[in-house]
Amino acid sequence: MTTSEYATERETTEGRVFTVTGGDWDSITSSIDPLSNEKIVVNMGPQHPSTHGVLRLVLELEGETVTECRPVVGYLHTGIEKNLEYRNWTQGVTFVTRMDYLANMSNETAYCLAVEKLLGVTDQITERTNTIRVMFMELQRIASHLVWLATTGMELGAISMMLYGFREREYILDIFEETSGLRMNNGYIRPGGLAQDVPDSAIRKIRDFLKYLPKKLKEYEDMLSGQIIWQQRTQGVAVLDVTGCLALGITGPVLRSAGLPWDLRKTMPYCGYESYEFDVPTATTADVWGRYLVRMAEIRESLKIVEQALDRLRPGPIWIEDKKIAWPAQLALGLDGLGNSLEHVAKIMGQSMESLIHHFKLVTEGFRVPPGQVYVAVEHPRGELGVHAVSDGGTHPYRVHYREPSFVNLQAIPAMAEGALLADVIAGGASLDPVMGGCDR
Amino acid sequence: MSIEPGTQGSVPAGAELGAPAQTPPSPDKGMFGVQGTGDVSGFGRLVRSRPAVFDSPRPFGGYFDDVYDALEEAYPALSEAIEKVVVDRAELTLHVRAEHILEVCQVMRDDASLRFELCSSVDAVDYLGSDERRFHIAYQLTSMTYRRRVRLEVAVADGVTVPSVTRVYPTADWQEREVYDMFGVVFAGHPNLTRILMPDDWEGHPQRKDYPLGGVPVEYKGAEIPPPDQRRVYQ
Repeated sequence: MTTSEYATERETTEGRVFTVTGGDWDSITSSIDPLSNEKIVVNMGPQHPSTHGVLRLVLELEGETVTECRPVVGYLHTGIEKNLEYRNWTQGVTFVTRMDYLANMSNETAYCLAVEKLLGVTDQITERTNTIRVMFMELQRIASHLVWLATTGMELGAISMMLYGFREREYILDIFEETSGLRMNNGYIRPGGLAQDVPDSAIRKIRDFLKYLPKKLKEYEDMLSGQIIWQQRTQGVAVLDVTGCLALGITGPVLRSAGLPWDLRKTMPYCGYESYEFDVPTATTADVWGRYLVRMAEIRESLKIVEQALDRLRPGPIWIEDKKIAWPAQLALGLDGLGNSLEHVAKIMGQSMESLIHHFKLVTEGFRVPPGQVYVAVEHPRGELGVHAVSDGGTHPYRVHYREPSFVNLQAIPAMAEGALLADVIAGGASLDPVMGGCDR
Repeated sequence: MSIEPGTQGSVPAGAELGAPAQTPPSPDKGMFGVQGTGDVSGFGRLVRSRPAVFDSPRPFGGYFDDVYDALEEAYPALSEAIEKVVVDRAELTLHVRAEHILEVCQVMRDDASLRFELCSSVDAVDYLGSDERRFHIAYQLTSMTYRRRVRLEVAVADGVTVPSVTRVYPTADWQEREVYDMFGVVFAGHPNLTRILMPDDWEGHPQRKDYPLGGVPVEYKGAEIPPPDQRRVYQ
């Protein structure tokens, strides 16, 4: 029998009685750190409406403060880069367009620019093709920024913004559908040209859209900019300065919101961007608010570029002159989708055996690309989209790697989230605008 | 001297190992089981044999000379570190020995006349069968100050570690993890070298040329379909 300092014992007629004294709970509890005792680990995602797709964040919380944040990606990995090695160079477009599903045109253009640089035919791309590429990339940028505005609005409690953003984006997807037959994953921009020319009906739609969107943008700004909740959820939240951005490799609107006007369309132009007149919007706040301002201004700049592109659009060929690269058929959009034009089918099946051979070889086997490697980068809605393409001289890519801005930018989440409140993780993550299809490829 | 891709007779081994059922078949086998190019029409562009890419002679042209001279001045041991310099398609590639890559990156970033502040991309290419040191890791550096780009390339054999550049370019963190995940190249000094895109318990490194496309059976609603390289083939 041992006696404890917490309990005295005495003998009574009814047996031994213990009297528990205790009373020192204060000293015991104070020796334990109350904060670390409350530390909890929360798994946010991979299925979560506020993570912009299948992104998983492992958060360590003390109360509402995030002490550690670890992003986990890869849930949407589909091996696109590996698949490219088993298809010919032209077929690759169909794969790369599915990476970042909100910026198909940028994915396709970057890939095609890389293939064209490997072929050494960059200068031979026709004026009309370059203009259409620029126009569609800018429309895509508007669509992507509208989705950003829509989803970010939703995540920060402005549900109506979600409805409006997606509504306006649908106008742009209509234009894409009119031209390529598909709303998304267009496979429209091809090495050496375009799948087919832009029909007049699509041009009319673009002109209508140019008149329509500025009014709507004003409405959104009226709705959001002055609203106190929107301001408080965005201003001073998830700050990342230029040094932090460069160290972590962050490009695009996030970098520009920190004040550095780095935009590949200006600094390292491609597709003739140097001949368009537009500004590179920046902000100085380096927070979510700044990124909102930059993206809204970028939509307006993109509208300016689209307008200039429309004005300089002249009739002309869309395919490169080199018949050993150019797609042999003029594709046409029929009732059942995109296919060979009937005239072309009549020619190869009925009149010219050589045309049939030419068509067959180029479509099934594809063209050969001289060996070597290139790195081509374009300004994607989310930052620098780089394509590292390697050819061994065959008809298939030897290796294609995408430097995806979503993938690289997501590394900034811990820098933005740690030490901040849990609710700001949502705002900060949303302000990076990650698209997991692009991140995981 | 390493061999560049596309040297005569350098069939990527992956094409040989690969899936018999891949459609269309490997280009090197031609459309109908023909060996070589199978090109009798002259259509598919004449195959020009290209000599292995040797050192490009000076002057390299453009800003490439400035970059090289500035690097040489800032990093006296450059001749030891550089294996060769290749200028191709208006791009400068410096082939760096693996053990020097971290120091070269440090100089490239910090020297006032170089200022490659941004490491745009880190990725790898597997030259299985054409180079003893099969993995070539490419670092695409961007100088925002001078608006220049340079590629550093490091070649290592399977099982050889490469110093991690995360200390100089923190952005390389995830990209080196991806290279490790996809190729199995180990980066020494990386803070957290784990798989990033594939599941943690995945076996093998999918982007290697000797790793088949698919590689695992496809399970769908109770049915199990074999991986593409083991399916029935008609030819």
